Amino acid sequence: MASNVTSQAQSLASSQAHRQRRRKSARFYIRRLIQYAAMTALSIVFMVPLVWIISSSLKTQGQVFAYPPVWIPDPIMWSNYVEALTRAPLLRWLWNTTFITVLAIVGNVLSSSMVAFGFARLRFPGKRPLFILLLSTMMLPQVVTLIPRFIMFKWWGWMDTPWPMIIPTFFGGGAFNIFLVRQFYLTIPKDFDEAARIDGASNWAIWWRILVPLSRPVLIAIGIFSFVFHWNDFMNPLIFLFSEKNKTLALGLRAFINPTDASWHISMAASMYLVIPITILFFVGQRYFIRGVVMTGIAGR
Amino acid sequence: MAVRGLSKLERREAIDGYLFIMPWLIGFVLWVAGPMLASIVLSFMEWDLFSPPEWVGAANFVQLGKTDLVWKSLWNTAYYTFLSVPLTLMVALGTAMMLNLPLRGQSAFRTFFYLPAVMPAVANAVLWFWILNPDVGLANALLRMLGLPESQWLWSPTSSKPTFVLMSLWGIGNTMVIFLAGLQGIPQSLYDAAEIDGANGWDRFRAVTLPMLSPVILFNMVLGIIGSFQIFTNAFLMTNGGPQHSTLFTVLYLYRLGFEQFKMGFASALAWLLFAIILVFTLVQLRLSDAWVYYEGGEG
Repeated sequence: MASNVTSQAQSLASSQAHRQRRRKSARFYIRRLIQYAAMTALSIVFMVPLVWIISSSLKTQGQVFAYPPVWIPDPIMWSNYVEALTRAPLLRWLWNTTFITVLAIVGNVLSSSMVAFGFARLRFPGKRPLFILLLSTMMLPQVVTLIPRFIMFKWWGWMDTPWPMIIPTFFGGGAFNIFLVRQFYLTIPKDFDEAARIDGASNWAIWWRILVPLSRPVLIAIGIFSFVFHWNDFMNPLIFLFSEKNKTLALGLRAFINPTDASWHISMAASMYLVIPITILFFVGQRYFIRGVVMTGIAGR
Repeated sequence: MAVRGLSKLERREAIDGYLFIMPWLIGFVLWVAGPMLASIVLSFMEWDLFSPPEWVGAANFVQLGKTDLVWKSLWNTAYYTFLSVPLTLMVALGTAMMLNLPLRGQSAFRTFFYLPAVMPAVANAVLWFWILNPDVGLANALLRMLGLPESQWLWSPTSSKPTFVLMSLWGIGNTMVIFLAGLQGIPQSLYDAAEIDGANGWDRFRAVTLPMLSPVILFNMVLGIIGSFQIFTNAFLMTNGGPQHSTLFTVLYLYRLGFEQFKMGFASALAWLLFAIILVFTLVQLRLSDAWVYYEGGEG
């Protein structure tokens, strides 16, 4: 009898626990569902502008103004992209942008990895204050140096040339980038350096042959940062470039923001020449890119 | 230099050290320290680049105080910054926390949320200029479909600045990813301990997440304010300061003074005023941070 009661109580308890677990799991699934719904809704909000620019760039002018809005163009007007090329020297601007971006990437990567080696591996008097100076320039608002830089490049005869965008990247390559590479170098064991040094390698050889190949992920990350910055940069080209043939694509596209011109589908197609390469780059390199952003965040600690 | 007191080997290392950092040092002198000094000197001068510069003492700074547009532009900039930065931080933290949930497909969601942040400003401007068009734009079309009141967006002095704030929320990518990394660095054991103590979700957020994340919040806030104070490209491209100077932000005004009116001295004085304001805000934040930022291990 007693045992019967116990077993009854046991089975009751177990079925209660079972029901509780099931109830909990139902609640769990509802919560998950809400979470997925929220994430999807947010994704749509974030993607709407990009989807809209792509879809509009392929519309006829009539569909651009249609109400309610048309999301999938019909017919698909690939010819908008050709038409855009006849409105402005987009290919020439694309070439100028590529020229600046490629050289600036080389400058940023080379220069910041070199400076980072000095700060990460070598001892010299005044290193600490110089490093603090470097870090403090991360917080310097660019605007305070703008006018003297303009005057300086004007004196040097660099106006309307790509050099104001390119040459400075070879001199330091940006405080953030130096900091990132230095942090990465600090994680590479010094044993590698020492072994090479015993074999008679100079500091230059240790930097170029050992640390640079080992730090590929961080160098790719700053290469991508540099790509995004120079590809998208508007303010520097605005100040330093003025003739039609020397403009970058970002600067030239300004002409397509025109309230009196109703051919917005062509404006969108023209913008896509700037958007497509950077989107491809982002999808290909996002692993390195996002890891790089994460590392800049660590600068805050 | 102090290189004297070193052994031969140490001296060789020091020389290499200086050589390695030399590119940065030259760049720093040429394009940071030099220009900063030059812009101080310029701010005491009157110069249009063509006739010889003239020393005018503090006249430019006196003129700054007397120019209504200077105050207007500073007000516009402050309005934008103090609305945009807190909102950006909150939205970025919220999305980062959602990205930190144990869901499938998080890396795809992260890509979607991040993507607008790499879009070129000029492409964004082309796009938004049109989305926000009060007559035929997508924004009002959607509002109309939902039966909500339409807005003049960028074309009315009351809604133009809030519209810029709204647009800034699409570019939260960097802030969000930095928050996400911070969240992932918080040890699970802290949450478990809080749960044993009976803390609910909100308690855990307040007592674990916020303090553990406070250094990252400070970092994002300081850089967010420095960046927002320098808003330029969107306003230059889309409203060019209008309507009725409601989006004439300080850097936009500075651009006009320097590069359209060639008042190099006056523009430099304005640059220094803005720099001083940003510096004060940065230092105040760093000073106040002692009270609310928690550093693990007690070191800063």
